[in-house]
Amino acid sequence: MTAVPVELGRPALARAARRRAALGRWPRWFAAAASLLLATALVLPLWSIRLVAPQYPEGLGMRIRVNTVTGVAPTDLDNINGLNHYIGMKPIHPDAIPELRYMPWIVAALALGGLLVALAGRRRGLVAWVVLYLAVAVAGLVDFWKWEYDYGHNLDMAHAIIKVPGMNYQPPLIGSKQLLNFTATSWPAAGGWMIALSLALAMGAVVLAFRGRREERPAS
Amino acid sequence: MTRETLKRTATAAFVTALAGTGLLLACRAGGPQPSLVMGDAASKVYVAPGSYDDYYAFMSGGFSGQVTVYGLPSGRLLKTIPVFSQFPENGFGYTEETKPLLQTTRGFIPWDDSHHPELSQTGGVPDGRWLFINANNTPRVARLDLTRFETDEILEIPNSAGGHASPFTTPDTKYIVSATRFSVPVPNTDVPIDSYRQNFRGTLSFITADQPGKMDIAFQILMPGYNYDLGHAGKGPSDGWFFFSSYNTEQAYTKQELNSSQNDKDYVAAVNYRRAEACVAEGKAKAVPVNYLHNYVDPSTRVAGSERKTSVRMLDPRDCTGLVYYLPTPKSPHGVDIDPTGEYIVASGKLATVIPVHSFSKMLKAIETQQVDTVVDGIPVLKYAATIAGEVQKPGLGPLHTEFDGKGYAYTSMFISSEIVKWKLGTWEVVDRMPVYYSVGHLMIPGGDSRKPWGQYVVSLNKITKDRYLPTGPELAQSAQLIDISGDKMKMLLDFPTAGEPHYAQALPASLIRERQVKFFRLADATGPDVTRSEAEGGIRRTGKRVDVKMIAIRSHFAPDNLEGIQVGDTVYFHVTNIDQDWDIVHGFAVMGAQNANMVIPPGETRTIKWVPQAPAVYPFYCTDFCSALHQEMSGYARVSPAGSSVPLTANVSPRAASQVARMEKLPAPAPAGAGQ
Repeated sequence: MTAVPVELGRPALARAARRRAALGRWPRWFAAAASLLLATALVLPLWSIRLVAPQYPEGLGMRIRVNTVTGVAPTDLDNINGLNHYIGMKPIHPDAIPELRYMPWIVAALALGGLLVALAGRRRGLVAWVVLYLAVAVAGLVDFWKWEYDYGHNLDMAHAIIKVPGMNYQPPLIGSKQLLNFTATSWPAAGGWMIALSLALAMGAVVLAFRGRREERPAS
Repeated sequence: MTRETLKRTATAAFVTALAGTGLLLACRAGGPQPSLVMGDAASKVYVAPGSYDDYYAFMSGGFSGQVTVYGLPSGRLLKTIPVFSQFPENGFGYTEETKPLLQTTRGFIPWDDSHHPELSQTGGVPDGRWLFINANNTPRVARLDLTRFETDEILEIPNSAGGHASPFTTPDTKYIVSATRFSVPVPNTDVPIDSYRQNFRGTLSFITADQPGKMDIAFQILMPGYNYDLGHAGKGPSDGWFFFSSYNTEQAYTKQELNSSQNDKDYVAAVNYRRAEACVAEGKAKAVPVNYLHNYVDPSTRVAGSERKTSVRMLDPRDCTGLVYYLPTPKSPHGVDIDPTGEYIVASGKLATVIPVHSFSKMLKAIETQQVDTVVDGIPVLKYAATIAGEVQKPGLGPLHTEFDGKGYAYTSMFISSEIVKWKLGTWEVVDRMPVYYSVGHLMIPGGDSRKPWGQYVVSLNKITKDRYLPTGPELAQSAQLIDISGDKMKMLLDFPTAGEPHYAQALPASLIRERQVKFFRLADATGPDVTRSEAEGGIRRTGKRVDVKMIAIRSHFAPDNLEGIQVGDTVYFHVTNIDQDWDIVHGFAVMGAQNANMVIPPGETRTIKWVPQAPAVYPFYCTDFCSALHQEMSGYARVSPAGSSVPLTANVSPRAASQVARMEKLPAPAPAGAGQ
């Protein structure tokens, strides 16, 4: 009995396992591209909320960025806060939203993580990264919705001037809603779309990683 | 990894993104407003050159203090009538004849804020005799004569501030009213502001208005210190009553935006003014010492003067039972409007979600059956359920004012949702809506607050124009929109910019005014102290440091036109009579360097402008209103010498005047006064 098969077989199996765990060219490119797209969200606005009323045909708008909330026009946020005082909504101050302090770090870490995954080329790493990415994305949306709920429902009725029984002023996450004389329309902005594309690419990378294994099996 | 897989994955991602974008475009709100103008709107507002408009519309100037006159349906500006503000365009408030109109007990006030034009009525229908308008800042009311489109009379309102609920008329113009939007201490002395509840009061003033030159305060009613916002008289069955909206029943005196908006209901005050007359006749009113001015133009001399008044009769509802009742009304009511039948009292709570309508007959029954919630300072507060006839549900946001078409419909302006809402009296159902641009305040149907509305148009008086016209910097015009209401559905016809802020407007058929216009003042009837009837009567006279120049203006010269002997330190009065006796031959007069305005002198009129020359020089004066072919030649010179100069005081007359003098000298007596000293 020689040890040949064993000696021959172990490295071969290990090589095969490594081949299965290693990522092919395309998944790595996808992950890298997804990371870079995600990184653009550090500078591009993620979400926009637009308010149009008869007396505001030009509309007022807010852009939610990874680290702040700004007006579409420089004065928009102040004007929105000025109007909101009639209904007792608390003023929207980016400083009062702690998430905006963590978010840039989370996004940067995720982007960096994706690049590392692409460099390392390990499938397990890719899967872990994509799962984390998805979790963060969902958590982000839930958190955003909760802030919208908070602004729209927790009104200071003692200081509200216009009080409509049963009315809340929560803007929609996506889509349009009539809030008194304003139509509020909420949609992802450029950064949001970049993240959507980035997520699609990241998931595409996973799909390709597993496809690649199946395709490679007959060859091995 | 195959190319195909790659392609499939990339396509999936791309399609997802594309679908999202498509959804975005499909759902995007806003964008440019659709045009609401339909069909032959242009032909409905086109008034051909040389043709007349069907209606005169009188719009308040708001912070301009004036009244503007527009033609409807064209929306053409016909005239600005100065009322509470000086008007350098024609010299109103600058000429010696008109300055007394702007006098108050606080001195000469060059400006005010005019809010509500109100046409005089006969039998509850606009009659075209006069237009009244209020001053909001320093409370006053003015009468404008509609044969001359001029301000004739201004009455100051004592014990008042924020004269906003004014000058609404009773059906025969027996009274117009003025009420306090800002309660103040009565009498007004320097009490602490936080003593508001003890010291601050509202007053409702009833002003006799049916005799020109004789406006006066018949009586005032002392009210709780709320803000009395608007008012309208009853008519038909409710004749003899007056209704005022009030807010700030919270009696807030700081941060009123919030603190005056707390109560679910404020009040409409229903005032039985026949009862007030009876109480006054019974001696139940107290004579309160006050000071206020009554300014009016003497119709024979055409010169304004002021008389000081020192007392008003003040009625306290506690001393006159049945004088005032409060009707609870939701959320800071603004407009209070009575329908043409006189039965319905529409009160628009500007923060309310419904438009409540009170019934006059139910109100009488509630009074009879003592449906009283509580009593405030002698004023019974009736139960809401006992007086309410109905509520218009979901009318829109921010109802302010209601006018009527006389066909059973009411039209309410909605400030926040920026629309006019048409609803049916009796069923209270909304039947039509028209978006307006933007933020309508008042709306106006010709005669729409009277017994017989001319229900052809509604005019929306909008506060904000934004992108409606070519932009003109940060300060934009406000606007009016003309809407056809002759059919079932409102039809937008026309936008036109307006002057100042037209809070309210009134309109009536042109035929009620057009034929009664004064075309010129007959010189033969002129009795003013400074009239110069002919060229030969002109001259110059010194009285100490005062120099009076009497001058005529006629196409195309002044006489005299050379003045000498005026000295630095003199005050010169130019009394200029336009002796042309022809329609629309108007002359103007201005002197170089005068710290004053020009004056425009209609034919047959005499106007006086004051000039205090500052330095020795020769000063040209000239006609400012292009009057004739040789208008450019219509000028003259005034020579000013140093104080103490020996230059004799002289005034020439023109060669034509000299020949006239010569002609007249050939006649027997009386010899005309010669030119010169």
